[in-house]
Amino acid sequence: MPVKEKEKALPEVVREARHPLEKWLRTDRLPHIWCSGCGLGTALSALLYAFENLGWDPDSIAVVSGIGCAGRVAGYLKLDTYHTTHGRAIPFATGLKLAKPDLHVIVFSGDGDLFAIGGNHFIHAARRNMDIAVICVNNFNYGMTGGQLGPTTPVGARTTTSPFGNFEHPFNLVHLAASAGATYVARCTTLDGRRLEKAFVEALSHKGFTFVEVLSPCPTNYGRRNRLGEALDELRYYQEHMIIRHGADPKDADIVPGKPFLVGKFVDIEKPTYLELYQEKVRELGGG
Amino acid sequence: MNETKERVAKRWKVPKGYIYVLEEFCKGCGFCVEFCPKKVLAQASHFNDKGYHPPEVVDPEACVLCGFCERICPDFAIWIEESEEKGGEP
Amino acid sequence: MSTPITRRASPILSGVHFMNGDEAIAEGAIAAGCRFFAAYPITPQSEIAERLSWRLPRVGGMFIQMEDEIAAIAAILGASWAGMKSMTATSGPGFSLMMENLGLAVMTETPCVIVNVQRGAPSTGLPTLVAQGDMMQARWGSHGHYEIIALCPASPQEAFDLTVKAFALSERFRVPVLIMTDEVVGHMYERVEIPPEVPEAPRRKPKVPPEEFLPYKPEPDLVPPMACAGEGYRVHVTGLTHDERGYPDMSPEAHDRLVRRLVDKVRLFPHEYTFYEEVQLEDAEIAVVSYGISARVSLGGIELARKAGIKAGLFRLITAWPFPDEAIFRLAQRVKGIVVVELNLGQMSREVERAVRGRVPVHGVFHAGGRIHTPEEVFQGIEEVYRQCR
Repeated sequence: MPVKEKEKALPEVVREARHPLEKWLRTDRLPHIWCSGCGLGTALSALLYAFENLGWDPDSIAVVSGIGCAGRVAGYLKLDTYHTTHGRAIPFATGLKLAKPDLHVIVFSGDGDLFAIGGNHFIHAARRNMDIAVICVNNFNYGMTGGQLGPTTPVGARTTTSPFGNFEHPFNLVHLAASAGATYVARCTTLDGRRLEKAFVEALSHKGFTFVEVLSPCPTNYGRRNRLGEALDELRYYQEHMIIRHGADPKDADIVPGKPFLVGKFVDIEKPTYLELYQEKVRELGGG
Repeated sequence: MNETKERVAKRWKVPKGYIYVLEEFCKGCGFCVEFCPKKVLAQASHFNDKGYHPPEVVDPEACVLCGFCERICPDFAIWIEESEEKGGEP
Repeated sequence: MSTPITRRASPILSGVHFMNGDEAIAEGAIAAGCRFFAAYPITPQSEIAERLSWRLPRVGGMFIQMEDEIAAIAAILGASWAGMKSMTATSGPGFSLMMENLGLAVMTETPCVIVNVQRGAPSTGLPTLVAQGDMMQARWGSHGHYEIIALCPASPQEAFDLTVKAFALSERFRVPVLIMTDEVVGHMYERVEIPPEVPEAPRRKPKVPPEEFLPYKPEPDLVPPMACAGEGYRVHVTGLTHDERGYPDMSPEAHDRLVRRLVDKVRLFPHEYTFYEEVQLEDAEIAVVSYGISARVSLGGIELARKAGIKAGLFRLITAWPFPDEAIFRLAQRVKGIVVVELNLGQMSREVERAVRGRVPVHGVFHAGGRIHTPEEVFQGIEEVYRQCR
């Protein structure tokens, strides 16, 4: 689409420009580590828009992340943030929340961290309806370590440890979270803009164990090795294949390359949370 | 650790406000250019320090200040600002 | 006897009790102000968790049984960063699972207490029977070079006292402190006297406002003040090598500086945590070095030796790590021979040999575990080394 032939709009130069999300970010650590086109920055900014939307006091928020590309998010937030060991963000967050219930505790990590090495902790925190929000940026492989096979890598996909095409059946994270007991489950992509912010707002304000899966391009590893083109192309793929359907059955939320996939809100139920049940028990004892 | 470099941004006037581009943070992913519904942006021909082509405003009049460029940007390199007066020049 | 727990004002179970080492550890934690305990069931630690599951909810504390020991220690680190004194307890198999997060606690300088009620090992070993085979794991179990403090109670009373001490040391040095006890001390019942109060274990807080605070800038004693979650300091805590701001820094210089500080902050103050007990060493020719339950039975061996005309005495390690090198070296200058009695095939004995530097023979009385030594075995060891050094 040729640009209209008229004199080019000339910009002004502004010193000390302030991004609207400035106050949430350790700007002295930007630009961040994530590759060009990676969706993690987009997911992080959507989370910060959600904080703004919720009007939360920054001193009341703690973000816990694990190891991997997504694990680095904690380092960029001007909040109480904890970059823990691989797969152990959720139990760390559990301790943080139970010891200081008025904190908003959010776990932000990746598919490998939360569902391979961290899987046991995920299902138990969900089972307990633990009062934490878990955000998983799913880029379908272990990006940080060079692009290995992960628990959500689709069948047939090439990774550095499935060079002949993955034959393992991947998780359907939405189904897994729902069946483990999460009381809010949603899936978005990094292309969803304000829909992603809305899902975060809902997940963060819903009490109990909430889960949001965010599909993200991984141009450097997963995208390149599977000839998905640039990150732009992965986002176009989302645009062409995603179907927004709220209240769909989680078991229908599996992701098969080339086929449409479901996004939206899958679970939104109320169930007493771990903290509520614990505090009720303490009241019964007349102690505490 | 990069100390806080003075953050110099370029700012374009658009009908409802401004578009800011912090060229040094941009990694040239092209999301803003691609997904701007009004084709306001294009990749600049010049490079930033890292060798990426940042976006620039090529059709300011078309901009409706929807802010999707700001939302989709993974690098906090582009954002919008609504000018106080509704319509009219600030 | 003491008033029932339910009708007490103070959470501290003051008074004289008849309890086992596990229960004494649980009460020691509560007395020290521990209000968060996370654990996974494992023999022979059960009584600690069971008692705390009953007591903590009544004293405004939080008990949670986690899905595994990795989760248990992760949870107590989270709770510590939320401002709570926190503890976990386990035995060998769980202790092995906790090693990676023990390293996270070291690297992030997170105060916490970890109890290991040792049992027959390796592997599933002897779940219900005594051993002391995890001592080197306590020192070097996680990856990398670091320091921790490990204390070894030899009685339920000492189990109470050392647990209280462990919390104070973990706050003072911002380091995990290990209670390395064993199944016999854990399960033996003895008299335990609990005072109405115990010394405070204050957490060192920032003295400057958030904008001036560097979370990993040490004070003169190399320990930084600790800003916890929700206190407005907005601290980044990471297991990555980090600079004084807490920001990741991958440079070799930052790494050497940090790791050296994490080691020196402990090693430079031995007088604050080096505890040992000397029994009948004034005139001793042979010293028995032992710890935990093995030290108790060694007294029997010493008695037999004395009856047989050999002047022997006991040097009981209470602090296993950092190892009391000087005290052992001085001991080697006062006796002709040393016997090390422990329920493994030679672990602390290696430290004793290192500290003695060949001045006197060191003879090990080892048993892999499943039972404690007999006094006769200890006595034979004393005789053996007595012959060597004549």
